[in-house]
Amino acid sequence: MLLLIQYTLIFASVLTLVALGGCISEHSGVINLGLEGIMIIGALGGAFTLKYLPPEMPSFLILILVLLASMICGLIYSLFLAIACINLKADQTLVGTALNMLGVAAATVIVKSVNIAENPDNVSSTVQYVQNKKALVANIGSTQFNLFIPVAVLALILAYVLLYKTRFGLRLMACGEHPQAADSVGINVFKMRAWGVLISGMLAGIGGIVYITAGVSEWKFEVGVAGFGFLALAVMIFGQWKPVNIGLAALLFGFFRALSNVYSGFDFLAAMKIPGSVYNMMPYIISLIVLALTSSRSRAPKAEGIPYDKGSR
Amino acid sequence: MRKFLSRPAVQSIIAALLCILLGLLVGYVALLIINPAGATEAIVTILKNYFTYPTAAAARKYLGNTLVKAAPLLMCALSIQFCYQVGLFNIGAAGQYVAGAGAALFCALSLNLHWSICLLAAIAAGGIFGAIVGFLKAYLNVNEVISGIMLNWIGLYSVNMLLTGVKEVASPYTVNLANTNPGAILPSLGLDRLFSNNKYVTVAIPLSIIFAILIKIVLSKTVFGYEIRATGIARDAAKYSGMKEKRNVIVSLFIGGALAGTGAAFLYLTGYEQWSVTQSSVPGMGFNGIAATFLGGLDPIGTIFSSYFIQHITSGGSYLDKNIYPSQISDFISAIIIYLCGFVLFFKLFLTSVMKKKNTKTEGEGGDR
Repeated sequence: MLLLIQYTLIFASVLTLVALGGCISEHSGVINLGLEGIMIIGALGGAFTLKYLPPEMPSFLILILVLLASMICGLIYSLFLAIACINLKADQTLVGTALNMLGVAAATVIVKSVNIAENPDNVSSTVQYVQNKKALVANIGSTQFNLFIPVAVLALILAYVLLYKTRFGLRLMACGEHPQAADSVGINVFKMRAWGVLISGMLAGIGGIVYITAGVSEWKFEVGVAGFGFLALAVMIFGQWKPVNIGLAALLFGFFRALSNVYSGFDFLAAMKIPGSVYNMMPYIISLIVLALTSSRSRAPKAEGIPYDKGSR
Repeated sequence: MRKFLSRPAVQSIIAALLCILLGLLVGYVALLIINPAGATEAIVTILKNYFTYPTAAAARKYLGNTLVKAAPLLMCALSIQFCYQVGLFNIGAAGQYVAGAGAALFCALSLNLHWSICLLAAIAAGGIFGAIVGFLKAYLNVNEVISGIMLNWIGLYSVNMLLTGVKEVASPYTVNLANTNPGAILPSLGLDRLFSNNKYVTVAIPLSIIFAILIKIVLSKTVFGYEIRATGIARDAAKYSGMKEKRNVIVSLFIGGALAGTGAAFLYLTGYEQWSVTQSSVPGMGFNGIAATFLGGLDPIGTIFSSYFIQHITSGGSYLDKNIYPSQISDFISAIIIYLCGFVLFFKLFLTSVMKKKNTKTEGEGGDR
């Protein structure tokens, strides 16, 4: 039971972080479908940092450095989306998809090249970070507490304050609702949208490292992040683009995702002899149902997905 | 020359070639970074693909293999393209492909049916997966990209479950098709002899090209195709002029799904590949279809060539020395190409505006005289 709660919280943290990224980007007016790819690249940066930092370093410092590395990698990678979609007015769906494919391909190529350079016989795409992984958990009594969970809660609070309580956030949201009006009062729409995408890149980057360190101590980058970027978008839609609702929605999705990790530990679930694939499918089925129920009265930012053109009305 | 350059077809071809060139360049730079010594040889290996074999017979045989995989890729690309005409991005093609593969293999291996029934099952399965996305979009306003991705994963795990009953005892792969049910293998009509008796070469390859031509005709010459395109360009206008825009969305996604399902049957009913029931990632065929369709300038005929090209470099990547270069460098190049395709519209606008400027300039000079 404790394990189920732990996993639920960890997966909910991943979904919260990434969905908040998607939410901020969409509030600025850009649909970020490349979240999945950004997660992979962020995870890659974090995984390498974990692998190569000396284990004798204070664990708090390791945690901070890993978070920073993932954040910066996500930020840099999201620049590709920002430039293409904001400045060059490219199709946001196409570019997002390209970034997802590029994320997996690039991460696989990089990891394999590094592995081959270390040992020519190691052609796998796996990064191991078992050594420093203990820096990411705190022991409370006999239970382990993943330190990324408070990070996600902090991000949730920061996102709420940023969007609703600061001038920057209100301006950002104006750019996603009615960019022409925002421009008419002197807000630089291109700049605000770039910030929206870059912030989403940072959050998705952190989400990536949290996902690949949840319960495992190595990651095969060939498999990517199993649609979590898109699950996060479903969480965002279910949360109606509001940070607090996103946090609650993430808990629901996190629970179903966690179930597939730990179902065999429950006697009554194991006794039902349902194949593991059913549990694996659960989060995706739930998200389809949730989307079907909530999408028709969606409160999406009005100008999302439309490149800003100063001349249009 | 100017007139030639302002023709849309010519612009598409120039844009596609530019994307390929830039993509290969980035790939080459990546190879240089990994290991400068063999980079030139490596990129040449990718581009040569089956030409690396010394004899013409062997090269022909492996050309056959590349074509065997290019046919399903073309079908997936057509699926994405058809749905793009109605304004939807069918990223669910990957899942529709998976559904088709599952249905075809289940009918072939578990029910021992004839290939024609297996093919029909694949078409139906893919179509149903597509129609679900279409229904959710038309009536419940669900974003087709997100529902498509969710169905990709649902499809993958369902097919894994479905095919667990027909897997080999010692491996996670489904049993060999040729040994279990030879009647389920697509007929080759003697085509295999053209490719040094490559037994995987079947009627699937010419059929996929025929499908591409059919799609071209349907889209450009029929009322249905016109309605599809009109719905894609302006849904409200289409509704206003009496077209059933909701029905069009569902029907076109059904057709798109059916195309992707057919693609899966075209690969798995040759026996070229066996399904691994433990695979935990969606096959890349549907995603590579996105590269092919946009590289082909969203034109079915152009897509025939671009599908072949994407498959050519993907197959070429497998000839790289695995202890120096990862074979995924080909996926990397394809992904770069898709990213660059995002700029194609920008490039065309740029080209047209340059043309226009020149035109007005010359016209102005003419007026002065």
